[in-house]
Amino acid sequence: MTSAVWNKLSGFAPFRAFSSAIGIVAGGFLILLLLVAFFAPWITPFDVAAQNLANANAAPGWPHIMGTDEFGRDVFSRVLYGARTSLSVSATAIAISVSVGMLLGAAAGYFGGLFERAVMTVVDLTWSFPDILIALIFVAIIGPGLTSTTFAIAIAYLAQFTRLTRAQIVRLKSETFVEATINLGATPAHVVLRHLLPNALAPVIVVGMLAVGDGIVLEATLGFFGLGAQPPTPSWGAMMSSGTAQLFISPWVIIYPGVAVAATVIAVNLFGDELVRALDIRDRVRS
Amino acid sequence: MILKYSIQRLLMIIPVSLAISVVIFLIVHLLPGDPIDNLIRVGSSPEDRIALTAKYGLDQSLFEQYFLWISQIMTGDFGQAIVLRRPVADLIAQNLPYSLQLGGLAFLFSSIVGLILGIVAWASQKTWGEQFVKGFILLGSTVPGFWLALLMILFFAVNLGWFPVSGARDWTALVLPVLTIGFGGIALVARVTRVALLEVGREDFITLLHAKGLSRPTILFRHLIPHALLPVVTILALRIGWILGGAVTVEFVFGRPGLGSLLIRALGQRDYPVVQGSLLMLALAVMIGTLIGDIAQAAMDPRIREATK
Amino acid sequence: MTMLSVQDLGVSIGPIAPLSGVSFQLERGEIIGIVGESGSGKSLTAMGIMGLLPLIGGQIDHGTVEFDGIELTGLSENEYRKLRGGRIGLITQNPMTSLDPLKKIGPQVDAVSRLHLGLDRAGAKARTVELLGDLRIPEPASIYHLYPHQMSGGMKQRIVIAMALGADPDLLIADEPTTALDVTVQAQIIRLLGDLVKQRDLSLVLITHDMSVVAQTCDKVMVMYAGTAVERGPVQDIFDNPKHPYTKALIGCIPHGLSETVRLKGIEGTVPGVAQYPSGCRFHPRCTIAEEVCTRNVPVFETGAKRAAACHFALEAAQ
Repeated sequence: MTSAVWNKLSGFAPFRAFSSAIGIVAGGFLILLLLVAFFAPWITPFDVAAQNLANANAAPGWPHIMGTDEFGRDVFSRVLYGARTSLSVSATAIAISVSVGMLLGAAAGYFGGLFERAVMTVVDLTWSFPDILIALIFVAIIGPGLTSTTFAIAIAYLAQFTRLTRAQIVRLKSETFVEATINLGATPAHVVLRHLLPNALAPVIVVGMLAVGDGIVLEATLGFFGLGAQPPTPSWGAMMSSGTAQLFISPWVIIYPGVAVAATVIAVNLFGDELVRALDIRDRVRS
Repeated sequence: MILKYSIQRLLMIIPVSLAISVVIFLIVHLLPGDPIDNLIRVGSSPEDRIALTAKYGLDQSLFEQYFLWISQIMTGDFGQAIVLRRPVADLIAQNLPYSLQLGGLAFLFSSIVGLILGIVAWASQKTWGEQFVKGFILLGSTVPGFWLALLMILFFAVNLGWFPVSGARDWTALVLPVLTIGFGGIALVARVTRVALLEVGREDFITLLHAKGLSRPTILFRHLIPHALLPVVTILALRIGWILGGAVTVEFVFGRPGLGSLLIRALGQRDYPVVQGSLLMLALAVMIGTLIGDIAQAAMDPRIREATK
Repeated sequence: MTMLSVQDLGVSIGPIAPLSGVSFQLERGEIIGIVGESGSGKSLTAMGIMGLLPLIGGQIDHGTVEFDGIELTGLSENEYRKLRGGRIGLITQNPMTSLDPLKKIGPQVDAVSRLHLGLDRAGAKARTVELLGDLRIPEPASIYHLYPHQMSGGMKQRIVIAMALGADPDLLIADEPTTALDVTVQAQIIRLLGDLVKQRDLSLVLITHDMSVVAQTCDKVMVMYAGTAVERGPVQDIFDNPKHPYTKALIGCIPHGLSETVRLKGIEGTVPGVAQYPSGCRFHPRCTIAEEVCTRNVPVFETGAKRAAACHFALEAAQ
């Protein structure tokens, strides 16, 4: 019975990413993190916003296993809840970035000509510009907060997905099955949506997953500048931002959220590598 | 031939930077808020406001403001900072050396150590050496810079007291910022070097070099590394803008002056001329980086030289 | 005088054994052709003789390789390097990718004589220019300063040959030297190699999948199939009287043309991969005269004799 289930699952290519020790550990960590993010409001041992000034800056111990911050709030609870903020912001941002980038890239790659050159000039310029600056400028334009952080991250990574999709489309366009479809009288929209995009999808999804990791770092950095989640919403970056003032008194307020960011991004990268191997798209994820 | 190509490419910067200046100008004027808000004292009259707006030319049309700005820049005048009340060129001249110092050192440090690590990883395939470098690459490319900076301060500046916590007084204040930026930079260079060496190592001509009886070190230094340098140089050149502007987080944490800090402060104060000026400088740095990268490619690879004739 | 003697050579790459049972001898001034389809182990044989297997993660598993009285299999890397390029030259399959694209071709050829003959820069350059002239390259002095991408495939292959000849070797190994070239250029290169052997009294191992090339140029031939040798002997004998059914099929295919696929149309099926080598005689699933014994027993391939055929029915086939 179990082996039949396993056979069925292992026939599904992405699942083969779990076939190595690294894949299991990294993938397991990410699944756990998703569960934590989803159930955060119900599983945090303390109220994330409850202040207790009598117990401010308490060192890690029992019952505050990661200590408390300058308002006496439980760091562990806030780290758990921060997963919810960080993951949802980053994932939403990358989802926007991927969708818009795929459309732009597909259009550029398919139509070519002046349109392609215009799109790619802008894309190349923003691509070589530091993503943190792009995000900072954008947040300056529409003001701090989670919504603007989300859009800022989406814009910072737009260039990457546009480039990647365009590269895939240009490559696929020359392949025979596409030529055949066009010769059979298919419309451009049909060719792009039904034939080109689905084929370009796997590498873009994997790179998108890796970008969620980068997005978490960028979200944390913006939060650190005080431009992301506004108090009292816990986010990993915002926690570290308010913790800077207490760096010498209560370093744990900075250390644990940072460990959470680093561990998440490392897990995303390791699992992404396994996914690339499982889907056998190593050559295609580079743009 | 290289000279001619370089001059051609250099001339290309002029139209491109004009286009960029338009984009920057528009972005800056899309910013909500008004720099005059920061200048108005409590109790001043609406007339004062109009006078101030007129003084900085903010009452003119966008079109006129742009042409005023760009024609001033042609003469080397970046305008007057509204909030800081100093010539923008002075502010840039004051901050740029700090950025160049930090960026330059971090750049050298990352390239040299990154190259060495990449080569070590390649030469020690399937041993702990390769695993170590791969682990370092993973850490270096994932750990957030500002967090690393904070940990460095905590450990080296506070616990050990070796370096100052912040500021830019002397060279000791440079060590931790350079290490922080270098950590990510080394990871990047090491990764590109290692992958490039692995790819070139599979080429037929490497087999033939072995068949000629050349020693492994000769093949590595005379043939493999020059090839591996091609992508490394490209990526490093593209990162020049990254190192100057992307250092903003590290500047922020260590309380250092620099182009990034200047930009962030000016963004907060809506100081248009400063934002415009520093963005333009960064864009120029990015373009010069790309230019250097392309010229270096042409200098190193005869095939590209041929294509650019 | 025996230049090269390979006895029962076997190669392993990690857990797999893609090559076994290769034996042949080569005298000074002789050309031996090693023929077979792709994947038959021809290139591995060449890499084994050159001591270059570690580059692809392989090693010599068993057997001996004796070059001019020197046993090569136990040689240290440093000793091997003196022979490689010095006394044994290699000519690779694809001239397009065999030269370093970042370096001028002249100095790439110089490297061999400077390393093995100890010539100085000027001496090496003079020698290279002379060599290029010998190889019928027009205007060698100006060709010297070109980069590989500025030359045609045939010219590049001559440069590769010049590198192989750089230190006056005794033995050349040419691994499919013409496969990547135009048909007209192929004939020129083959003729050039034949002339070089005569003029310089060299020995040449010519690896090819083209029986007609063997017929024109070689003194001896060894036929390979699925990672092992199946037949060996003087060219005339083999063509007149092939003993192994595979050789017979190969020869029968010659008139059909030059390309590998067309040429082998006469044999049903395909060469098995390393993982699927059949038991017994590896050719038996495609053989027309196979019997039960062929599926069980590996046929013997005599190492010493002039003629050898690894077939249980070799004698019957011959008669």
